[in-house]
This record gives sequence, structure tokens and C-alpha cells, in this order.
Amino acid sequence: MDKKACDKILYIDDKPFAIGNEKNLLEVIRNAGYDLPTFCYRSDLSVYGACRMCVVEIEGRGVQASCTVPPEPGMKVTINTEKTRRIRRMVIKLLLANHSKDCTTCSKSGECDLQEAASRLGITDIPFECEEKKHPLDTGNPAVIRDPNKCILCGACVRTCREIQGKSVLDFVYRGSNTIVSPAFKKNLDEVNCTFCGQCVAVCPTGALRIRSELDNFWKMVLDKNKKVVVQVAPAVRVAFGEAFGIKPGKNLIGMITAALRKVGVDKVFDTTFAADLTIMEEATEFVNMLKSKKDFPLLTSCCPAWVRHVEQKYPQFISHLSTCRSPQQMFGAVAKELLSKEYGIRREEICVVSVMPCTAKKSEARRKEFSVNSDPDVDVVLTTQELIKMVKAGNINFSALEPQEMDSPFGVFSGAGVIFGASGGVAEAALRTAYKLVTGEALGEIEIKPLRGLKSFKEFAVNIKGEVISVAVVNTLSQASKLLEDIAAHKVHYHLVEVMACPGGCIAGAGQPYSIDRMAIREGRLKGLYQDDVDSRIRVSYENEEVQKLYDKWLQNPNSEIAHQFLHTHYHNRKRITGEDIGLFRKGSEVLPKTTVCVCVGTSCYVHGSYDFIEAIMAKIRAEGLEDAVMVKATFCLQQCGHGPNIKIDDQIISHATVDRVSEIFDRYIRVKYKK
Amino acid sequence: MGRKIKNREEFADFKGAAFKNFVEHGARVLICSGTGCMANGAMDVYNVFLELKINVKFKNTEKDIALVKTGCRGFCENGVLVDIVDDGVTYVKVKKEDVAEIVESHLKNGQIVQRLLYHDPKTDSRVEKNKDINFYAKQKRTSLANCGHIDPESIGEYIFVGGYESLWDVLSKTPDEVCKTVSESGLRGRGGGGFPTGRKWEFVKNAEGKKKYVICNGDEGDPGAFMDRSIMEGDPHKLIEGMITAAYAVGADEGYIYVRAEYPLAVKRLRVAVKQAEEIGVLGVNIFGSDFSFKIKVKEGAGAFVCGEETALMASIEGERGMPKSKPPFPANKGLFGKPTLINNVETYSNVPLIMKNGAQWFRKLGSPKNPGTKTFALTGEINNSGLIEVPMGMTLREIVFDIGGGIRNGKKFKAVQIGGPSGGCLTEEHLDLPLEYETLIEVGAMVGSGGLVVLNEDTCMVEIARFFMHFTQNESCGKCVLCREGTKNMLKILEKIVEGKAQLSDLDLLEELALAVKDGSLCGLGKTAPNPVLSTLRYFRDEYLAHIIDKRCPAGVCSALKMIEIDEQLCKGCSKCARLCPVGAISGEIKKTYKIDQTKCIKCGACLTACPFKAIKEV
Amino acid sequence: MIDVNEKKFYKVDDIVKKHGFKKMNLIAILQEIQGEYRYLPEEIMTYVATVMNLPLSHIFGVATFYSQFSLEPKGKYEIKICDGTACHVRGSEPIIKAVRNKLNLTKDKKTTDDLLFSLETVSCLGACGLAPVVVINDKVYPQMTPEKISKVIDDLKSLKKE
Repeated sequence: MDKKACDKILYIDDKPFAIGNEKNLLEVIRNAGYDLPTFCYRSDLSVYGACRMCVVEIEGRGVQASCTVPPEPGMKVTINTEKTRRIRRMVIKLLLANHSKDCTTCSKSGECDLQEAASRLGITDIPFECEEKKHPLDTGNPAVIRDPNKCILCGACVRTCREIQGKSVLDFVYRGSNTIVSPAFKKNLDEVNCTFCGQCVAVCPTGALRIRSELDNFWKMVLDKNKKVVVQVAPAVRVAFGEAFGIKPGKNLIGMITAALRKVGVDKVFDTTFAADLTIMEEATEFVNMLKSKKDFPLLTSCCPAWVRHVEQKYPQFISHLSTCRSPQQMFGAVAKELLSKEYGIRREEICVVSVMPCTAKKSEARRKEFSVNSDPDVDVVLTTQELIKMVKAGNINFSALEPQEMDSPFGVFSGAGVIFGASGGVAEAALRTAYKLVTGEALGEIEIKPLRGLKSFKEFAVNIKGEVISVAVVNTLSQASKLLEDIAAHKVHYHLVEVMACPGGCIAGAGQPYSIDRMAIREGRLKGLYQDDVDSRIRVSYENEEVQKLYDKWLQNPNSEIAHQFLHTHYHNRKRITGEDIGLFRKGSEVLPKTTVCVCVGTSCYVHGSYDFIEAIMAKIRAEGLEDAVMVKATFCLQQCGHGPNIKIDDQIISHATVDRVSEIFDRYIRVKYKK
Repeated sequence: MGRKIKNREEFADFKGAAFKNFVEHGARVLICSGTGCMANGAMDVYNVFLELKINVKFKNTEKDIALVKTGCRGFCENGVLVDIVDDGVTYVKVKKEDVAEIVESHLKNGQIVQRLLYHDPKTDSRVEKNKDINFYAKQKRTSLANCGHIDPESIGEYIFVGGYESLWDVLSKTPDEVCKTVSESGLRGRGGGGFPTGRKWEFVKNAEGKKKYVICNGDEGDPGAFMDRSIMEGDPHKLIEGMITAAYAVGADEGYIYVRAEYPLAVKRLRVAVKQAEEIGVLGVNIFGSDFSFKIKVKEGAGAFVCGEETALMASIEGERGMPKSKPPFPANKGLFGKPTLINNVETYSNVPLIMKNGAQWFRKLGSPKNPGTKTFALTGEINNSGLIEVPMGMTLREIVFDIGGGIRNGKKFKAVQIGGPSGGCLTEEHLDLPLEYETLIEVGAMVGSGGLVVLNEDTCMVEIARFFMHFTQNESCGKCVLCREGTKNMLKILEKIVEGKAQLSDLDLLEELALAVKDGSLCGLGKTAPNPVLSTLRYFRDEYLAHIIDKRCPAGVCSALKMIEIDEQLCKGCSKCARLCPVGAISGEIKKTYKIDQTKCIKCGACLTACPFKAIKEV
Repeated sequence: MIDVNEKKFYKVDDIVKKHGFKKMNLIAILQEIQGEYRYLPEEIMTYVATVMNLPLSHIFGVATFYSQFSLEPKGKYEIKICDGTACHVRGSEPIIKAVRNKLNLTKDKKTTDDLLFSLETVSCLGACGLAPVVVINDKVYPQMTPEKISKVIDDLKSLKKE
């Protein structure tokens, strides 16, 4: 061995191992062929070092958590010692003493890291006094169930929400053995700014954060003879489904999935990818129209419901930039209910649309009011990939004995452009393929847009379309998306089209996909599978999807037509993200004078636009006019007009742009009139 | 004031003015205004003095009376302490009613007020000169030298007694030379670990980065320790001088003093001191006219013991939950706001000006070879002279407890000393002649810690003490790592079982096993040291554990669940009063015959005990 | 709607402004707000999160980490009984019991219904020489006994009536 190589060697259990690019000793140990368990370490998150499972002894430094130690040449590491073994076993025993005891009925059973570690270390008794924590479950939303009784405080969810998504919905609260992970004020997730992206669920090693299962509902629909059950399967599902059956990530199993679904008794199996092509027709047209009318750019994609919710919560000023196109899931639902009910000659309600998604936010999306007709939702049941796997198992199907089957017509036809919707950059790539054609009448020369591919969280690309340089940005994760929006708002950057997916790498890493600790490698595999499927596709651009064309010819007329708008487009809401009570300022109301209530918004946007100065000025004015007994002033949170701040509300009337210089005018117009003698 | 000092001449002028002020004010009467004496009414005493001293000349001379509120003098139990400096007399336990007599008799006429002098329980006599009080006689007060002697809210007094003098020397040296002096002095971190201070400074000095911070850890949270509080309250400028030196040595321009919220007086005095230092140019831009600039902010904690751990402390300064982070990275490379940071405790910084002024060799002559210098301890518990002491390192426990501390209160027997608070251990009779040093203590399963010395007598139950500390640490655990969060909780549960007499022998094995896992495996210092009180009491007082577990008996008679209340047949007259009082009907009998207690019903409330007119009911 | 008056709400804004909206001053900001309200009202924390542009969960996390902060109104007189080592060995436990009995408080009920008193135990106030020590609104009461503390409480009660 030459000197240089010698410098990069450390010793594990007396055997030499080369140090590569590993960030920490744990990675070196794992690359050396050891399977050291951890609960809190995630290679894509900051190091936390709290579970103490990955402890090793290092000569001269004693016991150390290997995830926190940078590998150094010459280090002498021992994995199994009396001390490290005692620590690992004790950690498990302590955690189990404090954990719910319903392992057998836990939805995480079989994939739970705690369960597995206990079994691997041969823990057969818990010598400590066990306690049943009795925290209430958080079940107020359609997507995620939060069960603090199963939480081992590894903090992976907290770090994910903060570091990956930039939301910090969850944090540690209280201290010591009272610590729990919770939204502020112990509110439920639906009461705070959660987008239901589910990435917290995707990293939870136990059942503390889990997907809200709709399988019971699914079976009920399938077994109901009066229902026609129609299933749509999203692109990213097919390349991850096999992982549960020991098949490598990336293998396209759509044929097997179709066969399994038919076997349990669904009536039709279709492909969300068909609806993705439809989405591209609409969205590319919307984009081309924007180019023509020189409207305010950028156009923001709207396929990802977590992203849409994020804009509604945090960046309401960008709502007008969101594409009005519904997501493929919702386009499919609307089209299927309308057309199939006619085809079968039954009522809309008798069609049950089930979607199989890689995503938890889709469950929440399907519940949006805009997506139902007379209280009948366009999509009735949303299953995640994980639930599909459980369904196959519960349906007593021998998966390996299945023969692949073709999907049903007409919504089983799709292009390669629709398939890559499942990857970050795929929507933008698919849209460009069609937009180019729409503007130029010609096909894009190189249809594979490599710069927009891959797991990186920010990618960009520029293309010359008829002399105009069109710039496209693709981001994944909400933290990156927020950063980009802020840069756009500050005019630091400019793009024509921005594609956002909330999950790292896109839908392939959705929270509904099979659970795994080694996430980076698995994402790569799934991604490769999707792009391979594009290459293998008969058609690779959405405008060539003949079934989509037929749909326009027979029913929808043209993209962005009036009828297309009715079924395929939507609108968005400003979402109050703080459910806080008002802060009363002038308290007393008089007995004789009529009362007036002035609410001034002190939410972020209004605050920065000077709402606080307005409070001071209006109160001074009220006092000067001697009306403090009649007028009640409150500070309030969000009147949902964030783009027009500062906003105030006088009795029931909202007044925007209430700046300090308008105090007298507003006072005269809305308050004085009531008290004129 | 308000003019910034830019050169030595101006400094000399300032010092001269302070001196004039000092002398012209007259005979100094010091009123201790540390937290302890304040609680005993120091302000009242001061105000009465203020009123009565008008027109009084000291012992019929021309000298006026100069009243000075000082910081803690350490002899807290005997507060309020009043010192007549010119005569070297200290009055103890002074109440406002006593002031008139002191003024009349002593200040006017030179007659010492005998009844207010310290009474030595050993010799049963009053001690006239304060240097003869045993409590002070064996101490070596260097870092505490000014505490209780100068007005902590006057930078003039500090400079008059030699303060900020060393900075001139420091600023004329290179940072390397300053670090070298500290290294040569052998000063070790006084926060508990005993890490060589000079080496720590070198690390930060050599760390890459333009922006660096210096932090003073004043989050003295160990129950039973108040050394740092006394320095911050009594001599804040010395600490600031030490920090300035450190900042110069490591190349920092910003510093923080993190003080626990329970010390409001320390916070106030530090803020006053920082302001004064800024006014005369000791802090701020171009200190003393040099190129060196440094500013200090005082940060208050909010009630979390774990913030004494350096990474948690830094998180707290940043406005986060005070949860420790794994090391590496060490603060020296990546500390506050991700920048190289030097963090030392109050006492460590307070030693620095002395080293700079007197030289490394002077410092090495104090204490023992491997442990140079002095160490302050808070001497409390069942001891006659409780208070704050400073002794050369290497002094034996016997000297501290029996000479300085004056022995055990109420003639009881010495049992043990709990040293180092919840992270420390206990020292027993066999350790009385052990020199107090970092290494020797670790060998016997204890540690210097921040310096709390709680003296325990024969009436103390060591299992209860272990339970007490475990209750403290589990309550203060931040909850981050599993072993500390769940481990301390379960250790506490086992200890509670033991003191309640519900434990089995297997629980003892489990306790030990768990203690070792928590010690080896926890993330931060709090968790790693939390089992120490358990391991140490198990080592030296295992028999007490066994008595609780096997015999269901508390040898010290402390654990109430293990007490039994019995009626002495000889003394009982059968009056039935106890039976009528018993809230659970556990006592029965016939009038004029002996009554009996049904032990299965008795809840040990003690109602009968105090009620019996014949003292026939006893705890056994 | 919480019962806060105009003056105090202004103070909140002044406090945040004084500290330059800086996250590193969050603890000081919360301390000063608690100084105004005697606890941390939810609405005010929401307001602080909004104007400081910090996640609400972060503020709540910090507020629940440090024992100094209270999410419920505290009494006019905050009784802190030291249960540090020195106080403990010299008998702080009977004092805690006596105060709880006298004021009808328990381990979980920390404030009297009339919001006059609240009780907490603290670990070491650093006045070990005076053990056992009780602190009421920053005034230190040295060498307490159950009888002495009972008298102190009675005195404070009668003070209120005057």
C-alpha cells in the first residue's frame, strides 16, 4: 500500500477499511458491511445523534455515536463491546417501556425499525415499569395520523419539516420525559400550516406518524354490487410497488398491479398517466396563451397538492400565478365520473373513483370542495402505494403467480411524457414538448431535456421558441420552492415556467411509497425506471395521445375551451394559517352608543405593510374623537387578503390598503357616519 | 466620567481620582450586599447606617464614615455582615436594630460591640479580629479577593485595587504570548471538567475564521453551588477583565455572559459593570487606545439546568431550545452561530487577571503541581460555618470541613460530603485526608464539578440523597437522547421503589446496569454524569441500599414509608386520645389499657405522635 | 378574545422592536412579555411569531422548554421554594407541603383560584447559606419553617385587603 492510501485507512474490529467520501463514521461502517441500526440518522438530514443505537468504541475516545464522528485515518473502531451492547439493548428496553403495546395491530408492524431492532438484539423482556402514555391521537385531517404514544423522539420528522420543507409545522415541545413532537399549542395538523406532504410520515421509524388508511372504504366499495369501481394508478406507483415483494426499485410493474386490482374485483383499471397527458394539453395551452398575451410570468404548475396548499398558506400573492389546471388525479376523476356514468347509464354517485397515488397530500386534495359535484366527490377513495401493497396482501393474492395484464380502454392509453410526471422536472419537460409544438407547429428536436432531470432540488433550462428565450425552473421540496418564490418576488430571478413538487426528487419519493431507510439509492432506482418507461413508450408526447385527441373531438372541443374549464380547471383560496383569537385593545363598549368593531390584521404580510402603525393611528383618532367607549379595536390574524395589505375590517366590511395616511378618510367614511348627531 | 481612556497617563489619572475618592471618603464600613445578606435585611441595615452616620467622625478623628455596599463575603449564614475595615472587625448577624449601637459605641467611641462578634462554637468565645475567624483564616482568597471588600457597582474602586491594570500588559503582548502565559500557569477549567484553559484558548486562536466569540458560562445550576454568583455579584469587573484578555488572545470581538435567570442581582451588577467599562473605554472600540475592539452582552437564561452544558448554552443564546449537540464539532471550531467560540466559566475567567498580573509562576505556586491555583467551593449542609470559601487546590477535605467549616452542626457525626452536585459523588470518612484535585476525585468516583460541597451528617439517608439528585437530573434532562430521557426516569423510579421499601434485590442490579449504560452512552455531560450520585452511593453505602431492600428499614430514619409508629406499652395510660385522632382508624384498644397500632392500616401521618400527652408514641 | 389592554399590547410591540426582531433575542422577548402579562398568552405568541417571521412551533417549543415560562396566568405573588441540595437537607419539603396545604394547591394545580398566589419549586437559588430559602416576587425569605412561611402568606393576604 502506498503512503497516500495509507493515510486514508481506519480500522474496524482490527480490519483496515478505506475512507471514501463518507460524511461520518457510521457511513464508513455501513460501507464496510456492517448493518448498524439507527433510529435518528437520515443521510439527507442534519445529524441529530440522539438515539444512541450506532454507538461504537473508538480507541482513545471511548464510546461515541458513530453518526456524529467524522472518520479520521488511523481510527481504531470496535463495533461490539460490552459497553456498546449494553447501551443498544438498554435503549431498546427503555423505548419499549415507554411505547404503546399494540404492536400486532399497529399499521407499521413488519416495517417498524423499533420492532426490528428489538428482535435483532433479542430483547425478550422489558425490566422496567411500563407506562401507557395517553396522548390524544391527531386524526383531524384526511392524510396523516399523528400518534404521540408511539413516538420515540428521534426527531426525523421535525428535521424533515424544517430542513426539507422549510415549514416547521412540527417541533419538539416541553422538556425531558414530557417532551413530545407536536404542532404549536398542541393543535392538530389541520389547524396549522401543514400541507399534508407526508414527508414526516416517510421518515418516521415507528407508527407515530402514519398514513390514514382508506382501505376499509375501498373494500366496502368493491364489495358493493351497486357500485362501479374505477381505479386510476399514478405513474410513480408502478416503479416502487415491487419493493415490498423484494423486487428492485425502478421495475415497472403496472401489468401486475392491473392484474391484482382486477383479481380483487374492481371494474376498470385506468392510468392517471392518461390524465397527465390531458393536463399537459391544458397547461401547455394556458402557457402558450400567456406567451401570446405577455401576461405576468411565471406560470406555476399546480399538479402537486402540497405545493398548492403551501402557496395558499404562505404566498397568497402568488395564487394568481398558479396554473388553473386541476391535477391529473382530479382531471381523471371529473372526466371518469362524467363520461362513465353516461356510458353505463348510471348516476354519478354510483361510480366510485379510486386512485392509487404515491402521495398523502392527494388524499387531502380529493376532499377539496371544488372537486365535488353536489357533495359527490370526483375521486372517492385515495390509496397510497403502501395501501395498495396491503390490499394485495389482504386480498389473499399470490403476487408472484400473477400474469401482467393490459389496462382498460380508453383511459389506459398514455404517452411517455405523462409517465415522467412522477419525477421532479417531468411535468416541465412534458409541457415543453407540447408547448414547443403548439407554438412552432414542429416537434422539439431533442425531446429528452436532461438538465431538468435528476434528484437535485433546483434545476433550470432555457429554450428558444420562435425567437423568444423561454426560461424554466424546476424545484423540489418546499424549502427550495419558498426560496425561489422569494427570489422571484424580489425580482432577483425571472422565469416563464416554474415546476414545483413538494417531495424530494418528485412523486417517486412521495410519502405514500414503501418505507425505507436507505432513501437516496431507492429514489435513484425509481427515477431510472420512470425515464426508461418514457423511452419504451410507443408515443412520447402528449399531443399524440389519440385517446386524448378523441376526448377533445367528441366532448371537450379544444384545450382551455369553456367546457374544458368547467371540468378540468379550478380556482384557489387564501388559507388562514393561524387559528388564533383576536387581541382586544379597547375593551369597553358603551351602553348607549352603537358599537363598532375595528379589526386590524397583524399577520405577516399586513404587518410588514404597516398595519401596526395603522392601529396606533386609528386608536389615536378614536381617542381624539372621544369615541373610545363605542369603538372596539382588535388586532386579528389574517383577513385573507394578503396581497392587498394592510387589511382592516370594520364591522363586516373589509377594507384593503389601509395605510396610515388613510386613517382620517377611513374614520370619516366608516365610523364617524354612525355617530353623527 | 464618560471620557474614554486612551493611554497609560489617562489611566493613572483615573486611578488617582479613584484613590482620592476612596481615601477622602473616610473610614470604610462595609455592608455585605450579596444575595444572602440582602435576604437578611442588608438594605435596612444600610439605610439605618446612612441615616445615623451623618456628622459622625470615626473614633473622634477627622475621618468621615464611608459606607460601602459590597458583594458577597461568603459567610452567608451569619449575615448581615458589617465590616469596620480600619479595625479589622467583622460584625455578624447584624439587624437594623443593632446599627445604633455600632455607631454609638464603635464608630464614635472605638468600643467594640462584643455581642455582635462571631462566636466560635469550638472555643466558645467571641472573635474580635476577622482574620482570626477560623472560616477565613485557612482560606486563600485570590479570585474572591475583592468580593466583599469593594463596591461592585463602582469601576473606580475596582481600578483602585489594581483592576484592569493587567490589560495594559496584555495589549502590549502578542495573542500567542498571552495564550502561552495562560498555558504555563497550568490553569484548568473551573467549570468542572478541569480541561487545561491555555490549550482551549490555543484551539480557538488557531481555528479558522474571522468572526469569533468569547462566552462566559454563568449558568451555575448545580443545586448547592453559588461560587459564580458571588463573583458576578461581588466582583463583576474581574470577570470582564478576564474575558477581554481571552478575547484578545483568541481574536474575538464579541462576547456573551450567560447568567441563569435565578440570579437577578448578578444580571443587574454585570449590566452596570459592562456599561461602566464601556464608558471609560475598557470595552468597546479601540480598547485603551489600541487596535483591539471587544464588546460584551449579558444574556439571561430562562430556567434550564442543561444550559450549563456548553452546546446547549449556545443554542439558548441563539434563541433555541437548550438542547445539547454532539461534539464534534467542538465549539472551538464551530460554536455560537457556527463560529469558533471560546467558552469558559466565571471562575476561570476571574483567575486570568491574577495570572496576567502576577505571572504564571506565581499561580503555579498556589495549589498543587498538577492542579495549580485555588478553587472556590460552596460549603453548605449540616455544617457550622456554611458559606463561600476559596482554598488552594489540593487541600484536604478534613481541613475544609473541620477547620474552615467548623465541624458538623449540633454536635452530630460526619457522614459524607456530596461534591459536585448532581454530577458528582460522595466522599466519606475514608476520604477526609484526600487532597481535593481533579484526578484524585475522579479516582474515587466523584468530581470537583463546579464546586458544591454539601456536608451530610448521620441523620442523612444516602439512598434518599441519590433519589433527590436523580429527581433533579431527570427533571432537568432536555429529553433529546434516549438514555438520559428514559434512563434517568427509570433510575428515579427504581430509587423511589427502594425508599418506599417496595424494591427487590434484582432492582439493584438493574439500577446498576442502567446507570452504567446512561453513563457511557448519553449524548452530553448532563446524562453522562447523572448516574454518578447513584454509582457513588452504591459504592460506599451499599449496605444502606440493602437495608432498604432486604430489611425494609431506613438506617438513618429518614424514609417515611419505612418508618413504623409504635405505642410504648410502659408509657401508655390508655387515654384513647390517639385512637380518636387517627384519621384511618388504625389505633384500637380499651380505656385504661394499652392501645395498639394496626401497622397495615397506619399511614404514618404522625397525628398521634404529637397528640399523646404521655409521649408514649414513637417512631421506630 | 383575551383580556389585554391597549397599553400592554403596545408594550409587546415595543419589546419586539427593541430587540430588533432578532431570533437570538427570543428568550428575552418572551421574558419581557411574561413580565407584562404574568404568562405567555397564545394570541400574543402568535403575534410575536408573525412579526418576527418565526415558525409558531418554534416559539411554542422554546416557551415550553424553559421552566421560567408559563402558559397559564400566574399569581400576583409568585412563591418559589428552593429545593436545592442545601435547602433539601435542611427541610424544604415540609415547607412545600405547608404552602400547598394552606393555599389548596397540588403538584399540578400551581395557582390559587383568585390568582393571588402561585407556587413553584426551583432548584437552587444560590442562597444556600440561608437554607431553606423561599423567594416571593424576588424578595428572599431566609431560613424558613412551615410556621414562618404561613405567617408570610397571611401578611401578603392582608396586604391585599388594605
